Amino acid sequence: MNTFVEALLEALRLILTLDPVVVEIALRSLQVTAIALVISAVLGVPTGAWLALTRFPGKRLFTAFIYTGMGMPPVVAGLAVYLLLSRTGPLGDLGWLFSLRAMVIAQVIIATPLVVGVSMSAVLAVDPSLGQQLRALGATVFQSRLAVLAEARVGVIVGLVAGFGSIISEVGAVMLVGGNIDGRTRVLTTAIVLETRKGNFDLAMALGIILLGLSFLANLVMALGQGRLSEPS
Amino acid sequence: MSIPVTAPSPYVYQINAIQQIYQRRTVLDLDELQIRQGEIFALVGPSGAGKSTLLRILAFLERPASGQVHVQVDGTNWMQDEIPIAQRRKIAMVFQRPALLSRPVRVNVAYGLRLRGNYDGKVRVEEALERVSLTHLADALPRTLSGGEMQRVAVARTLVLEPQILILDEPTANLDPTNVRIIEELVQDQNQRFGTSIVLVTHNIFQARRLADRVALIIDGKLVEVAATEDFFENPKDPRTAAFVSGDLIY
Amino acid sequence: MPTRNIRVWLIFILTLSLLACAAPATPPADQAAESDSDPQRLILATTTSTENSGLLAFILPVFEEQYNASVDVVAVGTGQALEIGEAGDADVLLVHDRSREDIFVEAGNAPARYDVMYNDFVIIGPAVDPAGIRGMEDAAAAFALIAEAGSPFVSRGDDSGTHSKELSIWAAAGIEPSGDWYQAAGQGMGAVITIADEQQGYTLSDRATFIARQAEGVSLEVLLEGDEALFNPYGVMPISAERHPDVNAELAMQFVEWLISVETQEMIASFEINGQKLFFPDSDAWNAAQ
Repeated sequence: MNTFVEALLEALRLILTLDPVVVEIALRSLQVTAIALVISAVLGVPTGAWLALTRFPGKRLFTAFIYTGMGMPPVVAGLAVYLLLSRTGPLGDLGWLFSLRAMVIAQVIIATPLVVGVSMSAVLAVDPSLGQQLRALGATVFQSRLAVLAEARVGVIVGLVAGFGSIISEVGAVMLVGGNIDGRTRVLTTAIVLETRKGNFDLAMALGIILLGLSFLANLVMALGQGRLSEPS
Repeated sequence: MSIPVTAPSPYVYQINAIQQIYQRRTVLDLDELQIRQGEIFALVGPSGAGKSTLLRILAFLERPASGQVHVQVDGTNWMQDEIPIAQRRKIAMVFQRPALLSRPVRVNVAYGLRLRGNYDGKVRVEEALERVSLTHLADALPRTLSGGEMQRVAVARTLVLEPQILILDEPTANLDPTNVRIIEELVQDQNQRFGTSIVLVTHNIFQARRLADRVALIIDGKLVEVAATEDFFENPKDPRTAAFVSGDLIY
Repeated sequence: MPTRNIRVWLIFILTLSLLACAAPATPPADQAAESDSDPQRLILATTTSTENSGLLAFILPVFEEQYNASVDVVAVGTGQALEIGEAGDADVLLVHDRSREDIFVEAGNAPARYDVMYNDFVIIGPAVDPAGIRGMEDAAAAFALIAEAGSPFVSRGDDSGTHSKELSIWAAAGIEPSGDWYQAAGQGMGAVITIADEQQGYTLSDRATFIARQAEGVSLEVLLEGDEALFNPYGVMPISAERHPDVNAELAMQFVEWLISVETQEMIASFEINGQKLFFPDSDAWNAAQ
């Protein structure tokens, strides 16, 4: 019964008939990841640009932290968030453990260093003399930095898509801090783990295909966007 | 001393005792220098003499460690610390190696106009492109252009702003003779037709001789001699100037 | 025009942010945490067997409607559930490890423990039964035979109730299991059954999860059942409000009372998969009513 092909066919049926459980879990995954990504972008893109464009004491140390954060195992981020949000932890009074908020926080911690690092490299790749030349055309410091950031847009967007891919497919941290609660914190990855354990391989496969599809879509959007942004229309 | 002079003066720049220091090294140390309204003023000297530093100070991209620069814009004298953004925007600069936005040529040329809130300067952009003979490349991306074409875009994006002062830092270094000629003609045309004051740094003493009304020699951050072009080349007062214009190495 | 490109992206990003802001309101269950008039949230930390078997999905909607509550089920091993309870991160526990439950109550983490139901553990293995334990009645003796034969045995190895039951049987057999044949999976019951099935090995499972997995096509069979040592009682414990003032003690107590009430116990008794009962009601109220 649980052969690969049968599971695959059943998975396709679940997707094509917009099975409510599948749709609900997919939407929740997108929701958590979208919120986390927007927060990571708001925090990470300006920080990356700032690191690339300014000098200050301790910058090397800070940059080293960022690179370490980029390589941090997600489940460690999950554990840290768990201990912070547990009722016995420093932020226990919020009562956020086992909620979407906890998952968003964990994902933000995972994605932000990635977004900072990639934004920084993207801004550093812009001609360092550009900012000064734009100021020589009458731009204020702020306007010239904005233009430099716009020059780095392709790299920044690549960073955001990479961040999206890394957090939507992450399972360890969201399982720990979200608790995989049915109808509340169950997302694609945790549902796949659960359904596989329960032997519901077709449902697990359907969710897996959707996850794969979302990652593909994000990369497609990036590839198309990259083309549109760097070629004249 | 440092109060803006309101009466129009014959000078576009008046420089008093400015010093610039990078990492405890004095790279520029000028007692006095005036640049006249409407002239083409060329700065020559060996590399590392402080010419580019002086240009950046004149373009208000950096401030000197000490001393004062007065600039006359819109018929009023301004101190470096007090010049409003609107007047600062009457000064534009072209660099040795152009850094362009990775957007079509047309957008690069329109950039300064947009900063000034002029969103429909289409006609002016087209005129500027025509002046640098790049109308056919208006929609091209900079990375598809040759070095000469890129520098012409950089010139066009400053000319479109109708600056009162144009600062040029080695604008034709590393360009082929055709592009050198095009850019020299543009500079002369801008000066003669619009009376734009021009400060030019060049390695090329022939270029200084072709374009400039007056020439100054800077060595080791200090002014050696300032003279009308003819006198500078034919009757140099300082032996170092004589050595420099005759092509003898002076270090 | 490239300027339009930037605008398109700006609009895209703005839409995304708006979506993100609007999103938390979409799933109705999520509002519970945010506002007071909506359902109260009750966090139930429990073992994987109660959730994976489908029992909770069968009975919880009744409670949620009656008490205008939203029960969040965190399904983990009994050991982790007890940890979550000790930290005050859940309001109520439904677990199956009698001796540790008693220690939990004695330590003051819960005011009391209540009998809920039981099922039993079974020893499952491949139909060919290489160790020859089919039909035996003594679990410890069967474990000894498996060890002797060196047949693959998959242990939960996750500090769960099932795991501690398994260890107590090994102890009764006087064996400290080790070697290539003994594999500690560190995973939930469902996963362990899958691993045992793939390797055609033995394992100890609660009957409920095994029946549910059998319905999904697992080829293993029940080889030993009925030993008193395999009795598997489930208890419910509200977390002490004295120790953790933040827990929803009132709702937790209402949940306990509801769970052990005769009506709910009847529902538990009626829960079947493929015509087989998975859990047997065992609360004081139920037993008194019989």
